[in-house]
Parts: sequence; C-alpha cells; structure tokens
Amino acid sequence: MTSDTLRPADETSPTFHLVEDEHGHGNGMGSTLLGFWIYLMSDALIFAALFATYGVVGTGYAGGPTPREIFELPLVAVNTAMLLLSSITFGFAMLEMEQNRVRGTQIWLVITALFGIAFVGIELHEFSGLIAEGATPQRSSFLSAFFTLVGTHGIHVTFGLIWLFTMLVQIGQRGLAIEIKRRMMCLSMFWHFLDIIWIGVFTFVYLAGVIR
Amino acid sequence: MSDHFLKTVFGRLTLESLPIHEPILVGTFIMVALGGGAVLGALTYFRLWGYLWKEWFTSVDHKKIGIMYVVFGIIMLLRGFADALMMRAQQAVAFGDNHGFLPAHHYDQVFTAHGTIMIFFVAIPLVVGLINFVMPLQIGARDVAFPFLNNLSFWLTVSGALLVMVSLFVGEFARTGWLGYAPLSELQYSPDTGVDYYIWALEIAGVGTTLSAVNMVATIFKMRAPGMTMMKMPVFCWTALCSNVLAIAIFPILTVALTLLMLDRYIGTNFFTNELGGSPMLYWNLVWIWGHPEVYVLILPAFGIFSEVTSTFTGKRLFGYSSMVYATIVITILSWLVWLHHFFTMGSGASVNSFFGIATMVISIPTGAKIFNWLFTMYRGQIRFELPMMWVVAFMLTFTVGGMTGVLLAIPPADFVLHNSLFLVAHFHNVIIGGVVFGLFAGISYWFPKAFGFKMDPFWGKVGFWGWVIGYWVAWTPMYVTGLMGITRRVHHFDDPSLQPYFVVAAIGALIIAVGIGGTIMSIVVGIMKRDQLRDTTGDPWGGRTLEWATSSPPPAYNFAFTPVIHDLDAWHDMKSRGYQRPLEGYRPIHMPHNTGTGVILSALAFTLGFGMIWYMWWLAAISFVGILVVAIGHTFNYNRDYYIPAEDVARTESERTSMLAAGA
Repeated sequence: MTSDTLRPADETSPTFHLVEDEHGHGNGMGSTLLGFWIYLMSDALIFAALFATYGVVGTGYAGGPTPREIFELPLVAVNTAMLLLSSITFGFAMLEMEQNRVRGTQIWLVITALFGIAFVGIELHEFSGLIAEGATPQRSSFLSAFFTLVGTHGIHVTFGLIWLFTMLVQIGQRGLAIEIKRRMMCLSMFWHFLDIIWIGVFTFVYLAGVIR
Repeated sequence: MSDHFLKTVFGRLTLESLPIHEPILVGTFIMVALGGGAVLGALTYFRLWGYLWKEWFTSVDHKKIGIMYVVFGIIMLLRGFADALMMRAQQAVAFGDNHGFLPAHHYDQVFTAHGTIMIFFVAIPLVVGLINFVMPLQIGARDVAFPFLNNLSFWLTVSGALLVMVSLFVGEFARTGWLGYAPLSELQYSPDTGVDYYIWALEIAGVGTTLSAVNMVATIFKMRAPGMTMMKMPVFCWTALCSNVLAIAIFPILTVALTLLMLDRYIGTNFFTNELGGSPMLYWNLVWIWGHPEVYVLILPAFGIFSEVTSTFTGKRLFGYSSMVYATIVITILSWLVWLHHFFTMGSGASVNSFFGIATMVISIPTGAKIFNWLFTMYRGQIRFELPMMWVVAFMLTFTVGGMTGVLLAIPPADFVLHNSLFLVAHFHNVIIGGVVFGLFAGISYWFPKAFGFKMDPFWGKVGFWGWVIGYWVAWTPMYVTGLMGITRRVHHFDDPSLQPYFVVAAIGALIIAVGIGGTIMSIVVGIMKRDQLRDTTGDPWGGRTLEWATSSPPPAYNFAFTPVIHDLDAWHDMKSRGYQRPLEGYRPIHMPHNTGTGVILSALAFTLGFGMIWYMWWLAAISFVGILVVAIGHTFNYNRDYYIPAEDVARTESERTSMLAAGA
C-alpha cells in the first residue's frame, strides 16, 4: 500500500477500494509478532499475580523453615548463570539465522538447549533437596508460594525446551523458511522473557529472602 | 474386579455419583436425553453431520465462528434461565412450614450454576460472538489475525461449558456461589467434585477467552483497511478493542486465582486456607481483580452496539465521537482500580475504603458522558423506532437506575448495610440485564439481517422486547425493596410470611421474562419461515453508516472483493454520499485460510483432561495432556494452511450480487 492509493483522485470521486490487494490475510510476520507479544504480556500478568501472592503470603512461615535457612545462594547463582548464558547463546542463534546460516543456527540452539536443561535440572535438584529436608509446598504458605512461583517459571522453561526441540526438527526439515523464522522470533522473545522473569525471582525471592 | 482396579480406572467416580435419587435431576436428564436424542437423530437422518463438520465446526471464517458463539450463548441462556426460574419458584413458595421443592444442597448448586453459566457461557460468548462477526467487517478485513486460534478459542469455551453441563448428571456442581470464595471452596469444606468442576470449566474456558482477546486486539491493530486511522474506527471497534485489552489484562489473574485454589485442593498447599499462613482474603482480592473489570469487558461492547444503533436509526453521525472514545478508555483504566468495593467489609480501613469508594463513583462520570452523547445523537434526529432502537431506549431508562444504585453502593457506610443483600443482587442484574443483555439483543436484531440475509420477525421481536423489559422491572423491583429491608441473598427458606408477596411478584416477573425469551426465539423462527418477505437484497437494510453494510447480506466468505479504502468516519455513509460505484471487474484471486479440525480435537482433549482431573482418573488426565501436546505440536508441522479463491469464483459471486441488487432496485 502506497500513499498514492490513499489520496483521492479528485475531490468529487475518491477511490474507495484497493486493486492490488496484499492486505487482510493475517499471515504477515507483523501480526504474529504483535500477537505473541500481547500473549507474553498476559503471561507477565500471571507472574505478576504469583509475585503478588508471594508478597502477601510469603512471610507466613507457620513455624516452619524460613528463606535464610533453606536457600542455597551459590547453587541458585550457578542456576542463574545457566539461564543468562542460555539467553546469550539464543541471541547468537538468532544472529546466525539473520545470516541465513542453518548449521550455525542449529549449533547455537543445541547449546542453548543444554543450558536450559542444566537450569531445569539444577532447579529439580534444589526442589528435591528441600522436600527431603521437610520443606514441602504443604508446610507453610511461604513454601506454597515459593514452589508455585519458581515452579511455574520452571514449567515455562520446560515448555520452551520442548518448543526449541520442535524448532530444531523443523529447521532440519525446511531450513530457514519464512514461517520458521517467524516461529524462531517468537521463541526468542519467549526465552528472553523467561530470563527477565528469573531476574525478578532471583532478586525478590532469593536475595531479598536471605537478607530478610 | 478388585476395588483397587476400579479406583485406578474410575478414580472417585462410582455409581453413587449419579444422582438417581433426585427426581428433579432424573426428570431433567430424561428430558435432555430425549431432546438431545431427537436432535442427534434428526442430524443423522438428514445427513447433516458432514455439512456441520466441514462448513461450521472446523470453519476458521470469523463470521461462522461468530454465529456459532451466538447460537451457543443462546442455548446456554436457556440453561441459565432454567436455573433462574427454579430459584424464583423456590423463593416464592418456601415460607414457614413449606420448604419448597429444592433441597438446600441442590438449591446452592442452582444459584452457583446460574451465575457461572450466565457470565462465562452466556454473556461472554454472546459478546465475543458479536465482536467476531462484526468487527472484521467494520474494519474492512477478510478475517481475524489468527483464524485457527479463533476456532480453537470457541471450542475451548464449549468444552468448559460441557463440563458444567456434565456436572448436572455426573457428580454435582459447586455449592459456593459463582466466585467460589475461599475457604468455603477449599477441600475441607467442599470435599466433593463440585468445586473441581467449577475450577476446570473456568480454567479451560478462560484460556479460550484470553486467546480470543489476543486475536481481536492483534486484528484491530494490524488489519484495518487502508485509511482507517484509529480515530476513524467505528465506536463498536473501539469498545471491542478496550474490552479485549481488558480481558487480556484480567483473565491471567483469574487463571492464577483458580490454579492456586486447585493446588490447595489437589496437593494441599496453603494459599487460601485458614492455617499455616494461608489467606482466604487473598483469593477474594485476586478473583475480584478479575471480576470487576470483567463486567466492563461485557458492558463496553454493549455501549459500542448502542452507539452504532443510535447513530443508524437517528440518521445522524454519533454525537461526540472522540469523547465517546476517550470515555471508553477512561472506563477501561478506572475499572482496574475499584475491585475492593466488592468487600468493603473486609476491614481494610477507612482510607483504603474511601479510595475505592471514590474511584467507583468516578466511573459514573465517563459513563454519564456516554448517556448524554446518545441522547444528543437522538436530539433532532429522524428517529426510527425499529427493534434495535427500542432496545436502546429501554437500555437508557433501565441502565441509568442500575448505575445510580451502583453509586449508592459505592459509599462504604451504605455498603456495610447493603452488602450481600438482595439490593446488591438487584443492582447487578439491573446493569447486566439492562445494559449487557439489552445491548446484546439490540446487536443481535441489528446485525441479524447481515448474518443471514433476512430480518428477524418484527412482531415477535417486539413481544420479546416487551417481555424482557416489563419482566425485568416486575422481577427486580421487589428485590430492591426486600434488599433495602435487609434480606440477604442466596436464602433457601424464609420464616417471615409477610415477605412472601414480594417473592411471588418476582416469580411472576421471571415468567414474563420467559415470555420475552420465547418471543425473541420466535422472532428468529418466524423470521426463517417468512424469510422471503423479510429478505434483505441490498446488504444495507437499515440505512447503515459503517463498512459492514457495504457488502452483501450474508457477506461472501472473503467479505470484500476489493479491500475498501477509508476517507472518513462512518465510511459506508461517506461512500454512499459521495456517489460510490461498486467495481464490477478486475477481480483478483483472494488468499484465504483453510478449515481445520485441530481446534475441535484439542478442545475435546481439554475436556477429557478436565474430566480426568475432576474424578481423579489420573490415567485419563495424563493421556489427554500428552495428547494435547502431540496434537498441538503436530499442527505446527502442517504447512498447507491457506489457498486462493480463484478470480472466476469471486467474479461469479459478485455478479450474483449485481443481479440481486438490480432485482431489488
């Protein structure tokens, strides 16, 4: 659509339709990226509500363990590094994709997946340790809110990994076709979004919890 | 078969879960089975299954999905209204020694199901359906941004509703009231399946609503025809935009509230319990952070409908278009800041209550501005009192009263007296029936000829109109009065016989509303029978002003043979007044999306997932969950998603329209 089509031919009989039509299919990159961005905002609100819940009932220790007693900051710091590094490597995958290099994209995606798996693995290790110590989600509202907030993030990362492996298969099948690139853009936004959420979790749950 | 084996397969579902000892439910079941059997038999006999599957169920056409939403909403309205009749009948007779015909246990389920169904499975589907049908036509688009997602959203809503319907005959529904307040909804106080049905039905339908809202917002932002700037968009599209932005902002909160309640019930966490740090009031806050804006999700599109109808039937441009837009935006924002007025009695203190009370009152300012805009649009207009316009006038008279009682309830000291009373119940029925329902009927009668090519029968339409309007006032005036006298809501039996006349009058009102519903349905049935007399050959039966009236009735699959170019607000009125000639040649192939059955399959799996979780049939839930993942991922491997309508087909459809227009003229 150019600006010419918008301008009336003359004042009395303006043009009321487009002849060359490239509008209205909904297959453009633009509406998918906008739609996915809006979806991410709704997901952000899910986390906002979980953070708020943690804020309200997260100090209900009910005589059970407190954050200072159960959080192992060095382990969580390693975990944070895993996720942040995975964001960087995903960025490298996207740079390779921009250059239309299939092999490079795949390699960086695999590296991203390894960091992601490490993140989920360490989180599961942390959870199982806590449960073994008796710090279960049922013990107090603090632990309910903690496991739910951190676990929801972990489930998101797990789904991100499933999506990432699906993309690896699809890149293998079809190379970097336009719909593959579009999906990669969405996955990339999703992955970085989870990174930002984690920074919130690390700061407000772990760091603030140990200070408190 | 061992007990253990049965438990593994059926979870907690046993023969006792079937309500064979409750005659009302058995009777209902027999009627539903006979009626349903007749419908299914007829569909099979007339070989309609293939047609329905290919042309409707799997359709990604926004118009067909919109129509399916509306049909679904009307069917659920009958169910929700049956509950209403039962409540009115119970309260009309249950005085003194007479305990009515509903046991308390059943009555509690009836009022819970009534509220849940009316909001989630009547009001939302009808609003979403009208937006789906009308909005893309009004912005000159060929479909929504994500056609498949649209189909999926519809079927997820249906699968939520199916869970509520199944709860009638398998197990029972929640007895907690329509918002499932904790701690009553916790396992300790509601150990049966009712609350689980409630949670899963709303979670599944809520995902559908969120996805649909994302879709509509992306459509409005990205797919407007060239020239249609935001401030040249029809008001209905503006209200649809604000309503859907609001839905995206609130449904995640409901999802969280229900998920946390689910965790409490399934794995024993302590979010909303009374012990170990849990906070029941947190649930109330979360659920009302969703719940209050939700009523604006419903009413804003109704305001949009009133704007379109008023401007069309007065033959004038809408008075104060930009103030209407800004009022809509202001209401959208303010609706987020008032949720606490639903529980002033929580005890949050005078300053918090004052803030929320004042914020609530402030909403009446933009709303009042809207009322005046409609009045000024009518002022000195050539008003034609056809059915849609009659609904507008009834709305203004009825809704204003509801708005004023709302302002009254916003005063915290008054609310301390009136909260949880029938006065409150009368207030929100006043705004929801007088605002949302009247708006939806205005919209349905206004756009019906666009969807089907003929008008609804005007005589029966008026029967429906008067039934609703008179019935509303007869049913709810006594509720206002008894509410002021201090009668609380959700009461199963009364001791004081002096109250009985009020409830008898209210029951009569409900029967008059039944006439209204019957009349509305008859106006569609008679309209179909008399369709040749009521036919709309022009595509513009009311002298409309917006783009949907520029195309034929019903519109072709591609909506517009050529994408329209917009120069002014009220684009179609502008085109008509400047001598627009329909182009008759130069058609191009049109790019359209394919139908797909994936939405139906995913929603069916969501239903079995919910059912498995409700009855603790873990194997069924696990298989369904894996199934959802496999089908969803499998769908992304299908790259054959669109096709072209050949230019010859477009030419044929358009020349049929040309001869129809010529015959009509």
